[in-house]
Amino acid sequence: MIESMFGIGTLSVLIWLPILGGLLLLAMGRKEGAATGLRLDRLLALAISVLTFVLSLPLWTGFDPATASMQFVERVPWIRSFNVEYYLGVDGFSMPLILLTTFLTPIVVLAGWEVIEKRSAQYFASFLILEGLMVGVFAALDGLLFYVFWEAMLVPMFIIIGVWGGERRVYATVKFFLYTFLGSVFMLVALIYMYLKSGSYSILDFQNLPLTLTEQTLIFLAFLFAFAVKVPMWPVHTWLPDAHVEAPTGGSVILAAVLLKMGGYGFIRFSLPITPDASGELAWLMIALSLVAVVYIGLVALVQKDMKKLIAYSSIAHMGFVTLGFFLAWAILDRTGSESGIAMGLSGGMFQMISHGFVSGALFLCVGVMYDRLHSRQIDAYGGVVNTMPKFAAFMVLFALANAGLPGTSGFVGEFLVILAAFKAGFWYAFLAASTLILGAAYTLWLVKRVIFGAVANEGVAGLTDASRRELFVLALVAAGVLGLGLWPAPLADVMAASIDNLVTQITHSKLQAGL
Amino acid sequence: MNPMAQDLITIWPEILLAGGICLVLMVDMFLRDSHRDVTYLITIVLLVGLAWALVGLPSGAMAPEGTATAFGGSFISDPLSRVLKLFAVAAVATVFLYSRPYLRARGLHLGEFYVLGLFGLLGILVLASSYSLLVSYLGLELLSLSLYAMVAFNRESPVAAEAAMKYFVLGAIASGTLLYGMSLVYGVTGSLNIGDLEAAIGRPEAGSMMLWVGLAFLVAGVAFKFGAVPFHMWVPDVYQGAPTAVTLYVGTAPKLGALALAIRILVEGLPAVGDLWQVMLAALAVLSLVLGNVAAIAQTNVRRMLAYSTIAHVGFILLGFVAGTPEGIQAALFYTLVYVIMAAGSFGFLVLLSSRGEEVEELDDLRGLWQRSPWFALMMVLLMVSMIGVPPLAGFYAKWWVLSALLEADHVGLALAALVASVIGAYYYLRVIRLMLFDDGGQATAAGVPLDVRVVLSVNALLLLLIGLLPDRLLELCARAAALI
Repeated sequence: MIESMFGIGTLSVLIWLPILGGLLLLAMGRKEGAATGLRLDRLLALAISVLTFVLSLPLWTGFDPATASMQFVERVPWIRSFNVEYYLGVDGFSMPLILLTTFLTPIVVLAGWEVIEKRSAQYFASFLILEGLMVGVFAALDGLLFYVFWEAMLVPMFIIIGVWGGERRVYATVKFFLYTFLGSVFMLVALIYMYLKSGSYSILDFQNLPLTLTEQTLIFLAFLFAFAVKVPMWPVHTWLPDAHVEAPTGGSVILAAVLLKMGGYGFIRFSLPITPDASGELAWLMIALSLVAVVYIGLVALVQKDMKKLIAYSSIAHMGFVTLGFFLAWAILDRTGSESGIAMGLSGGMFQMISHGFVSGALFLCVGVMYDRLHSRQIDAYGGVVNTMPKFAAFMVLFALANAGLPGTSGFVGEFLVILAAFKAGFWYAFLAASTLILGAAYTLWLVKRVIFGAVANEGVAGLTDASRRELFVLALVAAGVLGLGLWPAPLADVMAASIDNLVTQITHSKLQAGL
Repeated sequence: MNPMAQDLITIWPEILLAGGICLVLMVDMFLRDSHRDVTYLITIVLLVGLAWALVGLPSGAMAPEGTATAFGGSFISDPLSRVLKLFAVAAVATVFLYSRPYLRARGLHLGEFYVLGLFGLLGILVLASSYSLLVSYLGLELLSLSLYAMVAFNRESPVAAEAAMKYFVLGAIASGTLLYGMSLVYGVTGSLNIGDLEAAIGRPEAGSMMLWVGLAFLVAGVAFKFGAVPFHMWVPDVYQGAPTAVTLYVGTAPKLGALALAIRILVEGLPAVGDLWQVMLAALAVLSLVLGNVAAIAQTNVRRMLAYSTIAHVGFILLGFVAGTPEGIQAALFYTLVYVIMAAGSFGFLVLLSSRGEEVEELDDLRGLWQRSPWFALMMVLLMVSMIGVPPLAGFYAKWWVLSALLEADHVGLALAALVASVIGAYYYLRVIRLMLFDDGGQATAAGVPLDVRVVLSVNALLLLLIGLLPDRLLELCARAAALI
């Protein structure tokens, strides 16, 4: 539809509309303290982000779930001397993630509606530019283009945390930038290496490139640096709690809901299909790191005193489930060779990513609502919030249950699939993985007990006013996503099915025989 | 056409510039201080004319892609020289555009600034086209002497005098080193012409100690002009001590001259001992990357920080040479061009902020700039992000190409070292962004800066974004320019 209207592809529109809109906002300058009356900047930001979301819906409606090949493809030469292309397209993995991004950006804009008073135009502009870049990461099929979007994202995020963050924002944002930058440069080396071998930067060409086991191992490790930092996997996770705690609410939401998913997406798009043999060789390591994240980080989350930190650690634990689901494939392959088991692990990981996008985003929104009132993130500053904020409390409890993986919520589907897959890999895998059900429930429900329930703890809580209509609307939107995905996961499963089958084929076919 | 006329046509841009300099000098003598803008205008017109002469050289032997030599093969006009010259002219013109309000506010708006700057430019043009060791030396000295004088341009300032003295003494030693190396190479080969060196060296026998020593001296001379570790001592002092407008000049166009010197002598003249100088340059490059990036972190003075950052960038440029392939040289050329644009922008930014009189010296002066001059803070963010090497800014493609060339030549270790060093380097560029955007306080402001300087800085910074979004043109230009080497 859009294609016929402007001659520009849907994906390009989704990338460039928010970026250009963001630049426009940036140029609008700043009017301090113009809180009263019509604030053009936030209206414009909302309009652009909602428009982007509406324009992204054709990706869903026009998606052909029967094929694993790329759809909505745009392919134009970009840097001819290096055979780099402006090459975009989506499959069953990237399409849901793009929709997640375009869905959450208007929510982030709404969440900052009245809260951000300092340089609000620039705040919204940063998020819009970030949105375009994130869509670009998921849509890019050219390695260098992917890298450009991937790295460019650091700059708006650096600024969002640094300008609108909490007290230790400078430390947190510099740490965030340097950590992720260091991880990514190794990926660049791997991309250049594969270009020198294949003469192309196309990711699909990389996937068909025959590589020896040594080459695969080095490439896998290079990608691992980049993606493990982003996911983040234990032990390179330490930037995340800092970044989350200091970021403004919107920043935390985008960080948890979308940015972390890029690491998981990277494994699916690069590591698994490009280096299947090395992934197999090192699967034990990946599974071990994932289980450490699930169990150990779960325990760490239990003792947190800061709500945002607790949710941040919970994010790491949940993302450990994602990588666990992906790399269980080889454990299953060794033990039973069950392709359906592999597919289960992969789709469990994908479900977990989408679901965690909603749930963690929602929990950060909830913390944001409370923080805006009492300006504290400490758990012991609250208690008995349900007495003064009943409507808000209902939502918070819902999201907490989703975080704990209650059936009927989106959190359940992914965890259930991954645990099922883990059983096919072996009892102990499943045993350790299932411990998340206990740990996740423990730290989430204990958080809810201390913050929401009980008697009113202090005067601050006694003076709380319930969530405004804007806040309830935002929470309701996310709640719809959480419940929708939990009660009716079939549409998402259908979209992913063909791509997952294709990936299973790539995983189970060694490149070594093909190459030699 | 008779050979003499042919020669003159080939050096036509240099003749034009030399004549123009005399004109500027003459006219300026008869002007009162209040009419100094006339000198400025003539200079700009001269540079525009020069650029036009370079783009549309008289045809004949000079096909657009062709190569012509003059004066018995000691002077060459080829695509590489034309690209370097065009960029040098543009860089010098940009420096002049930036500097006028700055100089005027300090009572330094004198004709000599332009005359010296133009003489330096003439030196760069000669370097770019030199095809003989002796001509290279001539060009280099013309450039260097102009620079010494420019650094000492503010007679009142003891700091500047000290910097100039230091620069002069060290520079004279370096020139001597270079000259000594040249004489040794001449002793081995019996020729000064770069085109004849390779044949004269023949196969390098193990015993040709004299050639090796000569080469080592040449490399040291080149490294000094670039400002690579351990020949970098002058860089921070000169960058900090000179008036900012002069730092802007020193930090931009002369880098093109140094690049030309390295390409002509090492790559074109002495490929037979390529293994040897590549090893030397590899050591210099790694040292520069590490020391430049680490020392920059400790600086509080903006210009000193940028000086160390220059050293680190030079390390990256040298890595292109270390690759030793045509790819590597093209990458080094691209890196240098992009670096000159970035350096022009960041020093230009300081000149702009200092235009009204008070000098922006310390990093702390930049605090909270976003609140006072949001647009220019944003432009500086672009410049810094480009220096870090984050896409989609031009600095990324420069690093990417050098890495690509290194990996193609199987220098994986060097590539990784360069990457780690640039991650360390990201820290101090981020600090500039942090001070401007996240912090409060500070006095620097762009209020009251004339429109032309504002426009030049904006164009300068946005150019990096434009190259970053559509890098193809400049990449191909560099590939073609260095293809014939």
